[in-house]
This record gives sequence, structure tokens and C-alpha cells, in this order.
Amino acid sequence: MEHLNYKHTARARATGEKKQALVGVVASGNLEVLVERVLPGNECEIDIRTAAEGFGEVWKEVVADFVGRRSPGGLKFSINDGGARPDTVALRLAQAARALEGDGT
Amino acid sequence: MSAASAATRIDDALAQSWYEASARQRVDALLDRGSFVEFIGPERRETSPHLPLFDLPEQFDDGMIVGRGRLDGASILIAAQEGRFMGGAFGEVHGAKLTGLLRAARELRTPVVIAFDTGGVRLQEANAGEMAIAEIMRALLEARLAAVNVIGLVGGRAGCYGGGGLIAACCSALAVSEQGRISVSGPEVIETNRGVEEFDSKDRALVWRTMGGKHRRLIGGAEIFVDDTVASFRAAAIALLARAPALTRAMLVAEQARLETRLDAFGDCADALDIWRRLGIADAASVPAMSYGEFDALGARITEVIHDAR
Repeated sequence: MEHLNYKHTARARATGEKKQALVGVVASGNLEVLVERVLPGNECEIDIRTAAEGFGEVWKEVVADFVGRRSPGGLKFSINDGGARPDTVALRLAQAARALEGDGT
Repeated sequence: MSAASAATRIDDALAQSWYEASARQRVDALLDRGSFVEFIGPERRETSPHLPLFDLPEQFDDGMIVGRGRLDGASILIAAQEGRFMGGAFGEVHGAKLTGLLRAARELRTPVVIAFDTGGVRLQEANAGEMAIAEIMRALLEARLAAVNVIGLVGGRAGCYGGGGLIAACCSALAVSEQGRISVSGPEVIETNRGVEEFDSKDRALVWRTMGGKHRRLIGGAEIFVDDTVASFRAAAIALLARAPALTRAMLVAEQARLETRLDAFGDCADALDIWRRLGIADAASVPAMSYGEFDALGARITEVIHDAR
């Protein structure tokens, strides 16, 4: 298992009122994302535990792309990964952000 | 959100396949809209203490979701296994959450619905998982002795095997879909131990007609056969909570007698097809391909299903 952690400053705070949401499941080629509205201001943290070691650079790019596209300020994303592909990761991150904004679960 | 679009979403949630839905989707759609309150949710991060030792990924809810909610207006406790995480297998934390829920049910006199989706005990947590099964069975039976109904729903991709099959057998009543399979030893386990002549686990038709929902319904292993939709499981759970039998000495005696009768009647059958013919189904070979409606009509004619045993 590999532990990765990325901290970003988002453009804006995430909208919505929900405190937390969980999407996905830990299985081969899949991942779960727990998102919590716990950080101050525009801070954003993505904490990853992955079964596929040695893909830090790919994670870094996928996470940076996600933070750039959305505005997940104030959110902490905690990920348990079963070896998902980057496109699946991007989808789950977007799904988690949407779920927290409400009406997206 | 308009009332009309909210209603459409509820309809969509109820129409979704139980087999395809995640454990969380099942819980949300099974219960009255918005009534679910989770206990020890994923934010608590009560994960398995064993999986890191094997360098395996954890899941924040350890594959077991427990909580309370309302079903058709009535308060219930609910548990659901996520069959895609470790095959829905029981580990220490996964099991402890269900044990705790069943103990709470006894204290609160509140009925329980368990959505099974499990291959049995998680191999990496062998002893802790086996202990969990024993503790769950005890807690379940103690709840039933306190007149609390415990209903099992089986229709997930992992089926209901191993210790899950034992726990299901302790429930007040079960509902199963065609996709649901209920047994203790799974197909691969039987083949590994007894050889391919005894059971060919790659013969999917054999697996389904031996352990699948239709067979369990026909021999009385499950009280209700349901279509593979959340709405169908919801209706079955409501119906079974209303009519499940109490766990009494008289019921156990009746159950033992019925199991003996079943063994006498079918003990020499080599295949489920033989059992179905003996039950009076002339065209037994047509059963696996029957639609839900056709099979439901057939099941209603088979008296074998009316009893307290499984």
C-alpha cells in the first residue's frame, strides 16, 4: 500500500450544505471517496491510500486537474483505492464533489 | 427541486436492480425517503485492524452499513453488506457492527432487516470472522426470543454463503430473488473438497438450480420470491415483518418435523430437477428460464413453501 497526500488552494469554497458524502466502493479497479466539509477557507486536501504503488505522478496530475475544474474549497477527500484507472478516479472525485453539493447522490 | 422531479427520482430508485445497486443505494431506496440514520458511519473510519497486516486496502465502513430508519412508516434497524468489497465477507469490525445492531434491536424491541451480500468469513480475519459469525447468531436468536423479527433479504452478486448462510437460517423469514443464492459451502468449496463429479462449479446452471433463489423458494428455503428490483424487496420486507413467526419451542419442534419430512421426501434426489418433478412440476426443465411472473404463479401452487422451516 502507498500513502499519498496532496494539499491545494481552490478558487472558491464548495457550495451546498451537506457535511459529508461517500461514493464508490473498494474493489479491483475501483475506489471509494469520502468527502468531508471540514477545512477552513479555500483549502482542499486529498488523502490517498492505494494498492497500486508507484503512480504518484499520475495521482498528482489527476488531483490537480480535478481541483482546477471544480471549486472544492473547504473539502477533505479521503480515498481508499483498489487500483482504479485515472479516468475512474477523475469520475469518482467529480461524483463525490457533486454528492456533497447536494441532489447528486 | 420540484415535487414532480422528486417523485420521479423515488420511482427511479425503487425501479433499480437490487443486484446492480450498491449497499448504500439499497438502504437509501429500501427505507422511506430520507429516513436513514447511519451508526458508526464512514467518517468514523472504524476500519479492519487485520487488512493492513496483509497490505490490503481498507474500506471506511468495512463493507457493513448499519443504522436506523423507517419502513412504511415503522421504525426499523437495518444492516447491509457491500458485496463488492472483499466479496461482502465478514471480518472483525464488519461483524461487530451487525452484532451491536442486533443487541440494540433486542433492547429497543425494534425489528431488523438485513440485506445479505456475502461469500462468508473474510479469510484474512479467519478466527475473528468466525467469532463474529457466532456472536451474530447468538445476538440474532436473543433478539428473536425477545419477540423481535429479523428479516433477511438475499439478491446481491456475492449471494449469501458461509457464515452468512448460517445467519440467514437464523432469521425469522427470508426474501430471495432469482439472482440470490443461499448456501453454506459455495460451489468452488464443494468442488475443491469433493471433486468435480460431486459439484462442477463452472456449471452455472447447476449452481443456480442448486442454490439459487428459485430453488430455495420451491423447497421452502425462503418465504418470498421477489423480482430483482428495490421496490420488490421493499414490499417483501414490509410483508415479512408483518407476518414472521415468533421463535418458540413449538415453532422449533414444527420446524424440525418439517425438515425431517423434507429429507424423507427428497433425500434420494440427485438434482434439483428431480425435486421439482416430485413437487409436481411436470416441465421441471422449464423452471430456470421462467420469468418472474411465471415463476411467482408456479410458486403460489407449491404448498412446500408454507411452513416455518428452511
